[in-house]
Amino acid sequence: MESVFTPPIGKISHISGKCISLNGNDIDTDRIIPARFLKCVNFDSLGESVFEDDRKTLKGRHPFDLEENKDATILVVNSNFGCGSSREHAPQALMRWGIKAIIGESFADIFYSNCIAIGIPCFTLSKKLIQEIQNYIDNKFLFLEIDMKNSLAKTKDLILNLEIKESSRKMFLSGEWDATSTLLENENLIENKFNQLPYIKFNSHLT
Amino acid sequence: MSQDTLFDKVWDLHKVSRLPGGSDQLFIGLHLIHEVTSPQAFGALKDKNLKVKFPERTVATVDHIVPTDNQSRPFKDNLAEQMIETLEKNCLENKIRFFNIGSGNQGIVHVVAPELGLTQPGMTIACGDSHTSTHGAFGSIAFGIGTSQVRDVLATQTIAMNKLKVRQIWCENKLSHGVYAKDLVLHIINELGVKAGVGFAYEFAGPAISTLSMEERMTICNMSIEGGARCGYINPDEKTFSYIKNKLCAPKNEQWNKALTWWKSLKSNEHSIYDDVIKLDASKVEPTVTWGITPGQSISINQKIPLLDDLSPNDKLVAKEAYEYMSFKPGQLIKDTPVDVCFIGSCTNGRISDLRVAAKVLKNKKVSKNVKAFVVPGSEKVATEAKKEGLDQIFKDSGFQWREPGCSMCLAMNSDKLIGNQVSASSSNRNFKGRQGSPSGRTLLMSPAMVAAAAINGRVSDVREFIN
Ligand code: SF4
Repeated sequence: MESVFTPPIGKISHISGKCISLNGNDIDTDRIIPARFLKCVNFDSLGESVFEDDRKTLKGRHPFDLEENKDATILVVNSNFGCGSSREHAPQALMRWGIKAIIGESFADIFYSNCIAIGIPCFTLSKKLIQEIQNYIDNKFLFLEIDMKNSLAKTKDLILNLEIKESSRKMFLSGEWDATSTLLENENLIENKFNQLPYIKFNSHLT
Repeated sequence: MSQDTLFDKVWDLHKVSRLPGGSDQLFIGLHLIHEVTSPQAFGALKDKNLKVKFPERTVATVDHIVPTDNQSRPFKDNLAEQMIETLEKNCLENKIRFFNIGSGNQGIVHVVAPELGLTQPGMTIACGDSHTSTHGAFGSIAFGIGTSQVRDVLATQTIAMNKLKVRQIWCENKLSHGVYAKDLVLHIINELGVKAGVGFAYEFAGPAISTLSMEERMTICNMSIEGGARCGYINPDEKTFSYIKNKLCAPKNEQWNKALTWWKSLKSNEHSIYDDVIKLDASKVEPTVTWGITPGQSISINQKIPLLDDLSPNDKLVAKEAYEYMSFKPGQLIKDTPVDVCFIGSCTNGRISDLRVAAKVLKNKKVSKNVKAFVVPGSEKVATEAKKEGLDQIFKDSGFQWREPGCSMCLAMNSDKLIGNQVSASSSNRNFKGRQGSPSGRTLLMSPAMVAAAAINGRVSDVREFIN
């Protein structure tokens, strides 16, 4: 899988693909990628270890092991997904496994901003709708076409109004989610701020 | 929308611009890095041909992967050695100050920065670690970031972020005897839930908070993130200022006076407006222990593990998962649960006051022979002070192993791990499935004093029976 992995770049306006459902509230980033896999100086081989311990426990029955999910790209989750550790390794592992977007009831803050920073949009829907979608996926395949501009997810016979923070939506459409260059455009303002802050001279040993 | 709180003042001061997408570009006053979440950030910087913009605003230490038994180099674990070497190289190449093992100042990043006086009121502090909220105890706005944001801070000293809402958590009265900051914060997370803080900064205030020492305040802010709040803070007061005074990197001479005047002006006041306020009575808090797989699943020592019917619909799903994983029965008492491993340490409770409290419980007592117990000081400074006070000897005499500083079994990236489905009584902050190194290992979070009591009895115990 790693050989074909290409990270997203630039504007992200459309994502389409098969959905994979993962049930459970408060799924933390230790479960998404256990700490022992953090012993690395790059993210390259994380994809295969995503949910490693949960998958071992379920002996092949974990959604990420099921044959029919192998090519899924849109993950459907419940509430407070990605809580706990700030490790970006978690969304990186999901992304390298093949996930391109996540739809859930709610997300933990740091996980959410990590996803934005690496180009994985996270959308929310009501608990009721998520459960309906998850029930549907349990029995049938669900292919969604996500339209970022209008925050819509479409199938043949259904249109879903997805929710996403307005600032995130704009960042994906403009490509600004890859923040470094946007931030650097304000170099003068950054210098000014540095010079204005009252405490820069306080830690004398640092300057 | 909140107004005029410390959070608002510090945020507005650090705002560089409003980005086209609508989020704020925020200047980061102090950037802390460690070996686990920084290598890819330095890599990305190289790929983009960028330099570290203000190397003097970033400070590094090594904590997560360090062995705590034998720290001689090269480490036995090749991957761990590779990670520390990468950090050493990155710091050297980019002129970043690095507190390495043996410097006398190495330790868990959230223990080290405050004890060096790097953490100060009014700063924005970021680190690739979710427990960065710890530094909010000093009235700074501190939060965890991911590796891509570490890259952004290195390259620009800023990040893109949406302003958080502010919830004040007002704690009336004070903690009773034998009840600690850890119990209070576990209680708060249990009351509010593990995701109530999403989108919020928590301001902890009230008489119960003012009476806490700085180290206890750090324990509270440290665990904000376990309640979903990426940032938690406490308004600075005389205790804050006297803690910082004379620390290595603290302002000196006329800078000190300037600092003091500025710090005092930052506090929230009677005109401050909050998005939400919650009040609770700290005197009602009892020694608290987690029974499940999220830090919100806790009860006080004499309570029973909740029945499914007693829980709100939202909590039921995770509770079912927790009963099964922990092999607990609903309605069972948590007290007297046998424990296999006792761990004192971590950025939540690995400071000198934590070691003192635990040592007091352990003095002239022996650890149960069924228990493997070890204590990992939060930093080299904590270790030195503990030795000066003879605490290391008390721990050793009782049967605890005395270790070198690091994160250790808080997340088990070194060789300290649970085995199989062992039960650990732990002073750390996360009881997630598999957190302490075994995919079926079980963690009960509690205060260091309670861990000491559990070590003696070999069972979860009420520390108040030990300390009259
Ligand atoms: S002690 Fe634990 S929670 Fe704190 S920084 Fe280390 S691993 Fe993270």
